Amino acid sequence: MSGQSNYNPKTGIEKWLDARLPIIRLGVDTMIFPSPRNLNYWWTFGAILAVMLVSQLITGIILAMHYIPHPDMAFDSVQHINRDINFGWMLQPMHAVGASMMFLAVYIHMFRGIYYGSHKNPREMIWIVGMVIYLLMMATGFMGYVLPWGQMSIWGAIVITNLFSAIPPEAAGTAVTQWLWGGFTVDGPTLNRFFSLHYLLPFLIVAMVALHIWALHIPSNNNPTGISIKTKADTLNFHPYYTVKDAFAIAVFLMIFSYFLFFKPDSMGHPDNFIPANPYSTPAHIVPEWYYLPFYAILRAVPDKLMGVITMFASIGVLFILPWLDISKVRSMRYRPLAKQFFFLFVLACLGLGWAGAKLPSDLVFATGVDADGHAVGLTFVWMSRLLTVYYFAFFLVILPLLGLLEKPKPRPASIEASVLGTDKGEV
Amino acid sequence: MSTPVESDEPTRRDFIHIATGAALVAGVGFYAWPLVDQMNPSADTLSLATVEFDISSLEEGAQVVAKWRGKPVFIRYRTATEIAEAEALDISVLKDKQTDSERLVPGPDGKLKPQFLVAVGICTHLGCVPLFDPKDSKGGEYGGWFCPCHGSHYDNSGRIRKGPAPTNLVIPPYWYMTDTVIQIGKEALV
Repeated sequence: MSGQSNYNPKTGIEKWLDARLPIIRLGVDTMIFPSPRNLNYWWTFGAILAVMLVSQLITGIILAMHYIPHPDMAFDSVQHINRDINFGWMLQPMHAVGASMMFLAVYIHMFRGIYYGSHKNPREMIWIVGMVIYLLMMATGFMGYVLPWGQMSIWGAIVITNLFSAIPPEAAGTAVTQWLWGGFTVDGPTLNRFFSLHYLLPFLIVAMVALHIWALHIPSNNNPTGISIKTKADTLNFHPYYTVKDAFAIAVFLMIFSYFLFFKPDSMGHPDNFIPANPYSTPAHIVPEWYYLPFYAILRAVPDKLMGVITMFASIGVLFILPWLDISKVRSMRYRPLAKQFFFLFVLACLGLGWAGAKLPSDLVFATGVDADGHAVGLTFVWMSRLLTVYYFAFFLVILPLLGLLEKPKPRPASIEASVLGTDKGEV
Repeated sequence: MSTPVESDEPTRRDFIHIATGAALVAGVGFYAWPLVDQMNPSADTLSLATVEFDISSLEEGAQVVAKWRGKPVFIRYRTATEIAEAEALDISVLKDKQTDSERLVPGPDGKLKPQFLVAVGICTHLGCVPLFDPKDSKGGEYGGWFCPCHGSHYDNSGRIRKGPAPTNLVIPPYWYMTDTVIQIGKEALV
């Protein structure tokens, strides 16, 4: 795709086809393109995600053959899939657990991108398209979680759609929520349209993944040194070297997936979702799926409704402009001693926000004493969320731009080849 | 036919371009609106807009939940102490300033019925159903309702006192058809 092609049609039929529909050429050039020779296992999550996406599409299409998007029947139809459909006991958790595994892989993929500077010039569009994929994944995952129509399904849907009621009613907030619901609250019409959109969005994700890979083929992969490819000695062909490496990583990942699928299929979900949806009774403790918990913690960290919603969306929005916030010319944090430390704090902050999102805001992280009534006092989870939210935004808006100006990076190797062979004394 | 002369004057071709473009924009608009509007509440959803509820069986201090438009509506028979508490409050401390009597509607005799508070049982923060249990203080710190989702506390008039909710519990449109029957979804005809 970038410049010359690696495909030479040999047989007459290949030549005939190539002159009319160069589809084999497209496939060959997608698979045989020069990649840096030093990609480590953090680079296998792209391929893992591609496999998970296909798995989700296949299991999803199968589940749709048995699922009924009606408020009186949706819950029972999911039970019917699990109990009566041949292999339904496996296919339904494969889809539900698969969603969790896909988010696990995408978070590792994104952290890897931030650490090694994969969002930087000339890969900004790969990063931005990737963020669009992530947003589509969040919307798809959210609507999919609504479909079993249990207590967490309906109350998750109520809370998330009510985020739009933060828009003042006079500025069409009520009109927007009623339009989303197709009624005065989350009900049958909402369930039915969520089913329709849950089926649609994965195909948009497939289209965006095609753009993501297309954009990747212009500059090729980034690599752990962050240094651009200079000569052919810096590269290996994607096939067979990385197809095999990716295949090995996929096998390991699928083993972890299988453990959850066959032994802990419900561990990623919430027990309340085994209670049929009841719009007149809110569960005592609503939590979203684990992969949304950090954002839920950010939402709850802000005491004002509209500002909370804005802050939560901003926490995702800021990722879109990351390529212009992380202004250091050195891509890989391997050579950025300070950025590396702030990055690991950032990962901890995200995990801490996830922890806080799973707890009640008033629960204590640790107690420092007791008040006059004998109740324990100390750092509450809402305060921990506030501290970590400040760090989350400071990392992007203050620390990364300042480090770009102030940090003195370590010397980089002369080339990828030199880094691999250890022939360059410049590498630390 | 003569050769066209170079000129800045609008030509018939310019006119056709603009007219076609305008027709296209209008056409897309006419086409798009039904696609958007089909998601709005349908006729059968809208037709379930009112319910009648007999409040004669309520006991003092208790609450019943009526279902209206798929939402819970709290109907609470407040005790004399609770009413006094709600009326005595200085509303300057409130986020959403409303007196207790502003949150009531008159009965058939034209007088307010402060013992009955009718409010949509949906937290104005993110839509959860607040809890009510006067016996074991689950109703929050102000003797009204407590929302378990994000910790909003309401008083017995449904006014927001503490927590992230921006406004008081919504008072639905309703009126007293008789002394003991209310209709929710419609205001009294004056």
